[in-house]
Amino acid sequence: MSGPIMPKANAATLKKRADIVADMRIIVPGEGVVDAENAMRAFESDGLTAYRQLPLVVVLPETTAQVARILKYCHQRDIRVVPRGSGTSLSGGALPLEDAVLLVMSRFNRVLDIDYANRAVVAQPGVTNLGITHAVEQEGFYYAPDPSSQIACSIGGNVAENSGGVHCLKYGLTANNVLGIEMVLMNGDVIRLGGKHLDAEGYDLLGLMTGSEGLLGVVTEVTVRILQKPETARALLIGFPSSEEAGHCVAEIIGAGIIPGGMEMMDGPAIRAAEDFVHAGYPLDVEALLIVELDGPGAEVDHLIGRVEAIARSNGATTSRASTSDEERAVFWAGRKAAFPAVGRISPDYYCMDGTIPRKELPRVLAGMRALSEKYGLRVANVFHAGDGNLHPLILYDANRPGELENAEAFGADILRLCVEVGGVLTGEHGVGVEKRDLMPEMFTEDDLNQQIRVKCAFDPNHLLNPGKVFPQLHRCAELGRMHIHRGQVPFPELERF
Amino acid sequence: MTVFTPSSARDVLDAIQWAVSEETPLEVIGHGSKRGIGQPTQTGHALDLSKLAGITLYEPEELVLSARAGTPLAEIEAALAARNQELAFEPMNYGPLLGGAAGRGTIGGLLSANLAGPRRIRAGAARDHVLGVHAVSGRGETFKSGGRVVKNVTGYDLSKGLAGSWGTLAVTTDVTFKVLPAAETETSLVLTGLDDGQASAAMAGAMGSSGEVSGAAHLPEGVAGRFIDGALKGGARTVLRVEGFGPSVAYRIDLLNRLLKPFGTAETLDEPASRRLWREIRDCHPFADGSSAPVWRVSMAPSEGHLMVDAFRRAAGANAYYDWQGGLIWLRMEADPEAETLRGAIAHFGGGHATLVRAPLAVRAATPVFQPQPAPLAALSARLKEQFDPKGILNPGRMAFA
Repeated sequence: MSGPIMPKANAATLKKRADIVADMRIIVPGEGVVDAENAMRAFESDGLTAYRQLPLVVVLPETTAQVARILKYCHQRDIRVVPRGSGTSLSGGALPLEDAVLLVMSRFNRVLDIDYANRAVVAQPGVTNLGITHAVEQEGFYYAPDPSSQIACSIGGNVAENSGGVHCLKYGLTANNVLGIEMVLMNGDVIRLGGKHLDAEGYDLLGLMTGSEGLLGVVTEVTVRILQKPETARALLIGFPSSEEAGHCVAEIIGAGIIPGGMEMMDGPAIRAAEDFVHAGYPLDVEALLIVELDGPGAEVDHLIGRVEAIARSNGATTSRASTSDEERAVFWAGRKAAFPAVGRISPDYYCMDGTIPRKELPRVLAGMRALSEKYGLRVANVFHAGDGNLHPLILYDANRPGELENAEAFGADILRLCVEVGGVLTGEHGVGVEKRDLMPEMFTEDDLNQQIRVKCAFDPNHLLNPGKVFPQLHRCAELGRMHIHRGQVPFPELERF
Repeated sequence: MTVFTPSSARDVLDAIQWAVSEETPLEVIGHGSKRGIGQPTQTGHALDLSKLAGITLYEPEELVLSARAGTPLAEIEAALAARNQELAFEPMNYGPLLGGAAGRGTIGGLLSANLAGPRRIRAGAARDHVLGVHAVSGRGETFKSGGRVVKNVTGYDLSKGLAGSWGTLAVTTDVTFKVLPAAETETSLVLTGLDDGQASAAMAGAMGSSGEVSGAAHLPEGVAGRFIDGALKGGARTVLRVEGFGPSVAYRIDLLNRLLKPFGTAETLDEPASRRLWREIRDCHPFADGSSAPVWRVSMAPSEGHLMVDAFRRAAGANAYYDWQGGLIWLRMEADPEAETLRGAIAHFGGGHATLVRAPLAVRAATPVFQPQPAPLAALSARLKEQFDPKGILNPGRMAFA
């Protein structure tokens, strides 16, 4: 395939490659610099494997001081840098550039401080999301955001992507669970934001950094909030004849003041694919399946299970089962968690989308998707984080058929346009990266995008950090800084001039 | 001095473009309820957003509310309460502390000050609940960020960037917040006679339990008697709040009672008393004494707060009480703010930040109101200001670097 158009490589950088590699070896001694082509192949793509590119050189620093020296070195010589955590991005956020140093943070893999009194863990950014939970679970604690890649994805990458998971509505995204970071700017400045205390001392730069997709700074330490594990969790498996009825049920649960720990919906094709694959006991005669998980103190969960069952019945549920053990709850989830590979079994390839919509628009969006499915001649299965409106349509295609990948991508872009049209957004948790970069104008005007790029200019005025991601075009900062003042059309001519 | 009172986003844009063309600064205000916070500024004109008001969208089942920036917070809270919902971050009201009326303040001001309340430790602050904004930058350009859905990583989160910026980056014209169901009921547990260190341990134990505590405050002896009409007189009080569905609250109160046994027998406060107490804790009621004696708002790691206060008190006379499990410290000074001593003590005990939220004008002019930042961070903040407001039109100087 053609792939996205990336910024033109800097010829001067390419020419100096041997010198740059040698200098990197001085900054990061030992095994931390990889420049052989076969060894660099391991880094040529992230979770979005359709796009591949070998980097200029791969560098794996171990200390904040090394990161600062690398960035300062590159800043002074106009060399681009692409940061990478575990490389699980589904949007190409860590896609290398031919002329960029690939800064891999995986050797920052230590948990530095576990502080139960303040319910905080300080970790290096290469520690995995699940690694944080593993470090504290013997005391009954866990780290709440749970992206489905949590076994592999790094906490630094979670900060870069503002990762979510199935428990977001109740427990929040990464942004709501990170207390502080240490980061290095492109010019080498080391900056600490937040810590074990709450809120920023000035501007909320932590809020800006979270979800900035590696374009603003390189995170070298993360402080996160840990929570006591809910005492119990029970799940309901509820089948409906249509997604409309399932949607109404979701709205009524929330309207009743109940915020479930997780609330997932699957459509007919996704239910059948999952059931064929894992035999979770899903009903096959329904068009929508809801998994509602309630967590908290036992007394509360039992109370709410009854209320949710009643709401489901009054909304036309045809089947409803409540888990009575953790094993049974795990079985309910097994099909949902295996939905992607299940779809992978019924189609040679699939393309996963990630729009978010206002929940009430679900029937309209599903109907629109059915029409698009016919138009493009491609099947689609849907899994939906019903609590927060995040939709993951899986478009089924066969990359070996000429033109079908492009067709699937065009279908996906139309789905995202539909999400924006109903008041939603292009990406709920996977990030813009290179994948949705060129769709940004569907959601933002040029002024909107320019103001975002101006934030980038405050952090990295020469656009050296992760260029080619997020923004369709990176206008030069000097150009963006110009003010266009129309003195001829002053709106308040009656006021005195002084 | 001209006061612009725009009633549309277009009017806001016109006013800011005029100010840009004249290179004349504007003071940006809503109700002015927090006007006394920040370094005193010199502005020739004011942009009063109180006429840019009204709820524009409220869909309870979608947990979302949008309003014009000048909409009174009281109006929003009333609309939410009618549907048993609320802003879960429990925004505090600065009015009484700063010598103004209670119940004033706008939703735009709430975002600019990144307000929160006792539930901050569980539910976050305004920054954690804002979903989207429309705003006009100090360049005189409109922009939007975010949207109306919870899960959204499309582009930079400028809404969070504006939280706590005190009107120095851009003027919000419309905001969208996530709203949540209000708890069915609440009960508080009150422990008596703990010293600050014991209270810190009790609160940490409760917060680290599965009791889902939504408020943890310690009111030392000298302060406790000033809450709920003196009902808590007679020793220090440590208060833990439990909210939720009736059966759940009863269950968790029982759990916490057992857990806290080593700290003595706890009394319970019923729902009306508990609600009133937490509102007073939130709004810094004991120091809302009509005076202008300096008041600090300090945020630290919860376990360090009382150690810092103990050390600071050896050098300066101050009254203190704790919220946020001990991590939020309200300090009322007997005389001068003693800014350097206080900030030195905070740094010594693991860091954090102190904001001088109340002090006479002359004192604020001579004291860094917001926590001074290390040079690289201050430089970055100044560059961000420059990108949003290169001519220094919006509240210039209110935050030292901006």
